[in-house]
Amino acid sequence: MNIINVNKDNFDTEVLKSETKVLVDFNANWCGPCRMLRPILESIENDKVKIVSINVDNEEELAYKYQVSSIPCLVLFEKGKEIKRSIGLISKDEIEKMIGE
Amino acid sequence: MYDIIIVGAGTAGLTSALYASRASKKVLVLEAKNYGGQIINTLDIENYPVEEHISGFDFATKLYNQAKNLGADIKYEKVIDIKNSDIKEVITSKNTYKAKAIILATGSVNRKLNLSNEDKLIGKGISYCATCDGGFYKNKIVAVVGGGNTALEDALYLSDIAKKVYLIHRRDEFRGDSVTLSKLKEKDNIIFIYNSNITKLNGKEHLDSIEITNKEGNVDTIKLDGLFVAIGRIPENKIFSKIINLDNNGYIIASENCHTNIDGIFVAGDNRTKELRQLVTATSDGANSATEAVKYINNL
Ligand SMILES: Cc1cc2nc3c(=O)[nH]c(=O)nc-3n(C[C@H](O)[C@H](O)[C@H](O)COP(=O)(O)OP(=O)(O)OC[C@H]3O[C@@H](n4cnc5c(N)ncnc54)[C@H](O)[C@@H]3O)c2cc1C
Repeated sequence: MNIINVNKDNFDTEVLKSETKVLVDFNANWCGPCRMLRPILESIENDKVKIVSINVDNEEELAYKYQVSSIPCLVLFEKGKEIKRSIGLISKDEIEKMIGE
Repeated sequence: MYDIIIVGAGTAGLTSALYASRASKKVLVLEAKNYGGQIINTLDIENYPVEEHISGFDFATKLYNQAKNLGADIKYEKVIDIKNSDIKEVITSKNTYKAKAIILATGSVNRKLNLSNEDKLIGKGISYCATCDGGFYKNKIVAVVGGGNTALEDALYLSDIAKKVYLIHRRDEFRGDSVTLSKLKEKDNIIFIYNSNITKLNGKEHLDSIEITNKEGNVDTIKLDGLFVAIGRIPENKIFSKIINLDNNGYIIASENCHTNIDGIFVAGDNRTKELRQLVTATSDGANSATEAVKYINNL
């Protein structure tokens, strides 16, 4: 699926106020495992979830607010709340399991 | 039915796939996570012949494309067991595959401290990769635990980012490189703690302090924001241990040309017995294991 870039200006609308669940991918350009994870995220097809990307170098505030201190870090939001978190490179199966129904 | 099944798509496994595919064998690579293995964590490789600088991600991606373009089939399934009879079987979480020969290339994973709370605090103050996560600790207090090169390099890297770096080692002398060590000693924000083990990790939502115990049994608490664990790596060969011989440290006992104790099952990379665990030795094992596997199949 298409992954939207999110920053502190559109975080509220894209993530917190989203109708669907949102999987947020905290990443950075220099992070190898993040680059490895990206195509896996793009290969996910599930219309019950939206996937967005946050570059932690550009969005230090958001990274700090959500206590991200290790990347790649995937955080699943539902109705404005964090419901799941996973750190490090994981497989497509694991991501699908994390997203759930 | 495949000719050769390779377990693990790291540097060794992908090189095995490249060699076996070039020998026109039908090859399947089974990988638990994604191709590339541990090297994808490195920003810059400087010691692989021919390329002066290359990132781990680019190195892995080039190797992956090379193996794939030669015809190797790669599936993302975690291997949970292998069986040996005339025809060999590789069992994953989803399927059972048959092959004439198997190459085990499962590499190694970070050694953990094995303290309670550790798993819970990974990414919440505990990290195994300073170059990956160091940037989150600008002007903070961190500690590095370990005594080898990785620990020394991590401490040096972090000393330019963090306010204060504790370097904790269980012995009174470091095993790592003396050049790095002397650079560390020149830094004024590094505090060396010798003869001490970390005995507790404190923190609910985030690591906030660690308890250390020294040789004499004295206990101390250090307040900090991050702990970088650099106490080496361990092979993950447990699933093979029913039939494959391992040494005392869990490495698969292998001959120079990658044979294990079972005919037709070979081993390549960091998970085997050897002195030097690097990319060049992983690719070398990849070439040897595939060549031996091809020889074995042609003699069946
Ligand atoms: C931070 C870091 C920096 C490094 N820098 C350098 C350097 O600059 N130069 C250098 O030469 N070396 C370097 N190394 C060492 C080098 O990365 C290793 O020696 C090399 O990657 C070993 O390759 P491998 O294929 O044996 O194992 P790995 O790279 O560990 O690959 C093993 C693969 O097997 C998979 N696997 C494991 N179990 C299973 C299972 N049950 N089922 C399916 N798949 C499985 C894993 O997911 C992994 O992808 C570095 C290592 C690290 C950690």
